[in-house]
Amino acid sequence: MLQTAPRRKKSTASRAAPHERFLEAFRWMLLARTLEDKLVSLYRGGLITGGVYVGRGQEAVSVACGLFLQKGDIFAPLIRDQAGRSAFGEPLVDVTRTYLGSRQGPMRGRDGNIHRGRPRDNQLAMISHLGAMVSVTVGVLLAKRFKREKNFVGLSCIGEGGMQTGSFHEGMNLAAVEQVPLVVVATNNHYAYSTPNDREFACHDLVDRAIGYGFEGYTIDGNDLTNCLDVIGGAVKRARAGRPPQLVVASILRLSGHGEHDDASYVTDEMKRQPFARDCLKVAEQMIVDLNLVDPETLREWREDAAAQVDQAIATAQKEAAPEADQEDWCAVSTRRIADQIE
Amino acid sequence: MSITYLEAIREAQAKLLRDDERVFIYGEDVGGTFGGAFKATKGLAKEFPGRVLNTPISEDAMVGAAIGAALEGMRPIVEMQFADFSSTALNQILNNAGTHYWRTNVPVPITVRLPCGGTKGSGPFHSQSMESIYAHYPGLIVMTPATVEDAYTMLIEAVTIDDPVVYCEHKYLYYHLKADKLPTEGGLPTGRARIAREGRDLTIVAYSAMLHEGLAVADELAREGFETEVVDLRTVKPLDTETILASVARTGRLLCVGESFPWGGATAEVISRVTSEGFHLLDAAPQRVNAKDTPIPYHPNLWAAHRPNAKTIADKARTLLRE
Ligand SMILES: Cc1ncc(C[n+]2csc(CCOP(=O)(O)OP(=O)(O)O)c2C)c(N)n1
Repeated sequence: MLQTAPRRKKSTASRAAPHERFLEAFRWMLLARTLEDKLVSLYRGGLITGGVYVGRGQEAVSVACGLFLQKGDIFAPLIRDQAGRSAFGEPLVDVTRTYLGSRQGPMRGRDGNIHRGRPRDNQLAMISHLGAMVSVTVGVLLAKRFKREKNFVGLSCIGEGGMQTGSFHEGMNLAAVEQVPLVVVATNNHYAYSTPNDREFACHDLVDRAIGYGFEGYTIDGNDLTNCLDVIGGAVKRARAGRPPQLVVASILRLSGHGEHDDASYVTDEMKRQPFARDCLKVAEQMIVDLNLVDPETLREWREDAAAQVDQAIATAQKEAAPEADQEDWCAVSTRRIADQIE
Repeated sequence: MSITYLEAIREAQAKLLRDDERVFIYGEDVGGTFGGAFKATKGLAKEFPGRVLNTPISEDAMVGAAIGAALEGMRPIVEMQFADFSSTALNQILNNAGTHYWRTNVPVPITVRLPCGGTKGSGPFHSQSMESIYAHYPGLIVMTPATVEDAYTMLIEAVTIDDPVVYCEHKYLYYHLKADKLPTEGGLPTGRARIAREGRDLTIVAYSAMLHEGLAVADELAREGFETEVVDLRTVKPLDTETILASVARTGRLLCVGESFPWGGATAEVISRVTSEGFHLLDAAPQRVNAKDTPIPYHPNLWAAHRPNAKTIADKARTLLRE
């Protein structure tokens, strides 16, 4: 049984036979989709405060981001990276505790939804401000170099919207100047919230920016899991081997609103007919069926297993107490002797 | 032998680099043989190869990288070329470094050095004092050393502290302020203000370069028969309300002096705290002197009038003493 663990010991993804790797990735995608579908229904039922942001349609890209990272690597996921977070080793209860407001979650009610992370386990906790996490990832890699660690990489995710920030640009440039082993995976889901590509950028192809930064650039079809695994896996391998930083640009359509509050009525029918608008999970499942990689019974078991894991994670979080304002220490610095003087 | 405020900052960094392999310096022009726009890192790149690194002109990314490095166990010191340019790193400092411990329980031990304050001829974009902006946001410690000794010990302390520290060093003091030697022991604890001069008629609360204006005013008022107590805040966050209140209890009169803009800020915070916690101690309404509410002018004639100076402070003090 595929289980989320506090930390992946060693990814088998780089060694596994291609179809085993494909199936492992598929199961993480399935788990992420199952979880997020459930979160959406909890949200609709009024059981989640704040927003819910899902990665529907982005699971193939995302899982490939998490799957090739090993112990000691660093992952900076973003809004739509549930599949990658799980594949990297984030326990499901981290997600449900954060969304459902348990005080035992990694953010303890202090931050919510996708802004969670476990920096001590190499999963950075994104801030909302897009673009900001690229340079942070660079810094972690710099530190690892200072400490003479070997064989590490960092992977930072971004959307095509976040790519237009100054912060992203500075981070990319710095990564190349420092020649750190960084992979940046940019997913163009054709909308930043409601804004379509033609109001986001005017270059011919976002991957052309790679050369300007001093990165090596690749594009992928984000609906095609095999393509995602090959190219992102290859980029991770190249970065690990000391090649320049790697930029991978994936093309998909966001198959949800920006958040669950958003009906995405601005997404045109023409857009929904584009080849990149397919559902990567369905495409992957079709491939499993077509190539008869596993029998339908096994697929059904996997689905049930994902549902059981999700139900358990939700049940756990729902039983737990919420944070209490009068037990909160309301102190934003860690140094006690100084904190005591800040009122 | 004598040592300047600037040399003390350089020596503190040399000591930190020597004593702690987690320390590195990151900033524009800090490395190579150049040693920074003000020479605060002169010679350090040579003495500590690979640990004093030039960065692109990317304030956001240099702080972002420092945050990442700190999470991974390093103790980065970021030098802003001028405090003014830290405005383009506000997001990383306030929203990333400042929130991180609260959100994740993992502190971010970075030190951001801000060469701040006015020197004549520097104009609107090379003269700013930004301590009040940083102090306003949670999660940061904001140091404003006013003496050579504090410049040295507080910078060492800043790097030792597990939380993000914004270390505001005053450019005017760089060369003007000298001490006989560097302290051999640590100074007062972080967050403790210092009574720089004792008195019983009036309390002047100041920090950074304004401490010296305050001391000059105290000399002047002494010739007129008034004894002024001068409090050096040392850090504006945390703010040592206790020491301030104790001083106001002795004098009954409070004047706060800060070089930053007048709307809100450190001086307003001091007055707010004293009026709400020590209203009964006051014999007159507390006053403050700040810069004017315009960008900082270029021409020396305008500049000298824009910032608080011994004359404007003394005028305000005399009015207060008459009340
Ligand atoms: C700097 C910044 N500005 C605005 C926002 C608000 N915002 C959150 S997500 C988003 C759209 C992001 O688009 P993209 O980067 O393409 O990612 P996607 O949501 O499409 O996955 C916006 C505008 C933000 N988080 N950060």
